[in-house]
Amino acid sequence: MKLIILIISFSLLFAQENEMSVKDIIKAMDKNLNAKSRVLTSKMVVHGRRSSRTIESKNWVVGIDQAFTEYLSPPREAGTKMLKINDKLWTYSPQADRVIQISGHMLRQSVMGSDMSYNDMMEDRPLEEMYDAKLMGSAELNGRDHWVMVLEAKIKGLAYHKRKAWIDKEYLLPIKEELYAKSGKLLKTSTMTDVKKIQGRWFPSRFNFKDELKRNSKGTEWVIDDIQFDIHIPKSRFSKALLRK
Amino acid sequence: MLLKIALKNLLGARLRTFLNVLVTAFSFYLILFTSAMYDGMLQHAKQVTMDTEIAGGAYWHPEYDPLDPMTFEEAHSVPPSAIQALIDENKAFPVLVSQASIYPGGRIMPTIMKGIPPNQRIVNMPTDALLGHEDIAIPVLIGKGMASESKLEVGDAFTIRWLDTDLTYDADEGTVVHIMDTENFKLDMGHIWIPLNKVQSMLAMEGEATYVTYGKGVQPVQDKGDWIPRDINYLVQDMEAIIEADKPGAQILYLILLAMAAMGIFNAQVLSIFRRGREIGTLMAIGMTRPRVVGLFTLEGGLNAVLSAAVTLIVFGPILWYFGAYGIPLPIDYSEMGLIIAKRLIPVYTIGLVVSTTILVSIIVLIVSYIPSRRIAKMKPTDALRGKVMA
Repeated sequence: MKLIILIISFSLLFAQENEMSVKDIIKAMDKNLNAKSRVLTSKMVVHGRRSSRTIESKNWVVGIDQAFTEYLSPPREAGTKMLKINDKLWTYSPQADRVIQISGHMLRQSVMGSDMSYNDMMEDRPLEEMYDAKLMGSAELNGRDHWVMVLEAKIKGLAYHKRKAWIDKEYLLPIKEELYAKSGKLLKTSTMTDVKKIQGRWFPSRFNFKDELKRNSKGTEWVIDDIQFDIHIPKSRFSKALLRK
Repeated sequence: MLLKIALKNLLGARLRTFLNVLVTAFSFYLILFTSAMYDGMLQHAKQVTMDTEIAGGAYWHPEYDPLDPMTFEEAHSVPPSAIQALIDENKAFPVLVSQASIYPGGRIMPTIMKGIPPNQRIVNMPTDALLGHEDIAIPVLIGKGMASESKLEVGDAFTIRWLDTDLTYDADEGTVVHIMDTENFKLDMGHIWIPLNKVQSMLAMEGEATYVTYGKGVQPVQDKGDWIPRDINYLVQDMEAIIEADKPGAQILYLILLAMAAMGIFNAQVLSIFRRGREIGTLMAIGMTRPRVVGLFTLEGGLNAVLSAAVTLIVFGPILWYFGAYGIPLPIDYSEMGLIIAKRLIPVYTIGLVVSTTILVSIIVLIVSYIPSRRIAKMKPTDALRGKVMA
């Protein structure tokens, strides 16, 4: 009798854990990946057919609506700045000394010839708000346990209709993601490596984005050199006037 | 009387007259030919654009700017009812425009994706090649230039990626079903043409269009909503601007030639006055007034223009006629440079062009003949008879 009660209790417990887990996993992922604000210095390594380019930048981000990026190197890109407010993006090029507004389609275009779009860089709305998630099971990836989850868009206007994510059970991060078109065609893959504990959360130091439609593409690496979460960023940081300074 | 003397003097000068007339005739010919060539280019560009692209004109969505692909995102809606009625009566056809990326051979290429009804008969495009490909996910029609740039051939499949009306990525395989040979680069470079209903479903824009092209002779509709009517003159104005921008170069060339001819005549006139002092003195002594002597010398110079026109007609006329009838074959394809230029350029000679060129050359010749002749008015008959000419 005791054994039966124990089995029933365990199965109930697991059933509840499984039912809750999808939401919890998504929430935990969002908690790890999103913050009220962050300041980071990063390098984007764009691998071309013959050579690679490294672009260094500093970013200030508040929530999901405000972001400011300043490119530090190479000299050709140094001084280029980008300001994002809601769904609008302004870029400033010191060579042309002009501010250009980018919106709509352009946000889905590649950033400086990389495999990342402006949207890939800036889309940090919580996944919970954007996708319906379905747990497909577990899988081992690089010797670590992962949940495999399929996320389908529940709102309109998202760049990717469907994503398949491999979520590390310990880090609660989507270590590998496949991004699909509406038709089901695989468009991009992204991977995360060098996960570190920063300010009480697991966060990757290295991302790799790869446009799967390009043949022989080595993708684009995004390396986070330094990141600070939830620090105060003055409102003036997100003013258009700062683009020209 | 004056004309007779002038003609006698002119023909008597032989080689000098021959050279002056030849250079003037050559300038005449060149001005006529280059101007006719520019007119021919413009007319050809207009003809090709009308034939293959704009027919009688178009109605554009208010947000549409073909030179700014960023506007395509917003430039689509169901056409207003009166324009839709033209489409239903087969007097017009709709085109839906969007940005897309294609991956021929795994390389990414930005492109303009246009949806067109395959059965349209209003513009001269082989859109019927898009019919009957139910087994193909996306049948694609491209131009020769695009095929060469993307290294695509008929039957080749490639991925097309686009953003639908909600800005969500979508992608599928397109297959080249036909490669068209068109002189209109605007239909070719960076364009892929797909059946309209396919593009509407790909973009989730059922029944929508970016612009509507109507046939020649179709009357303008009243209830066009906020759609903008664009007539032929508007649609060819960029072509006109390109040709206009190229004209100054040619104008400089024929101004140099005209200046050379004018200098020859001017020089001949100055020489005449120095060398024909005794003749001027005699004419004055036997009673010819100074203005008549000036008139005689100006007329002599001016007759150069008449002779030049005659020589142009006799010597260069057949050449002009030959080019006008058979055209000049061009060795390179200008479509890659963004110009609608025929592979065989045919100059167009209009009465206006011939008359205006004749008047221009005659006026210049008369001016350069008159200026040196004015000196005669200051000469004394006694000095002239002694061969003394005032400096």
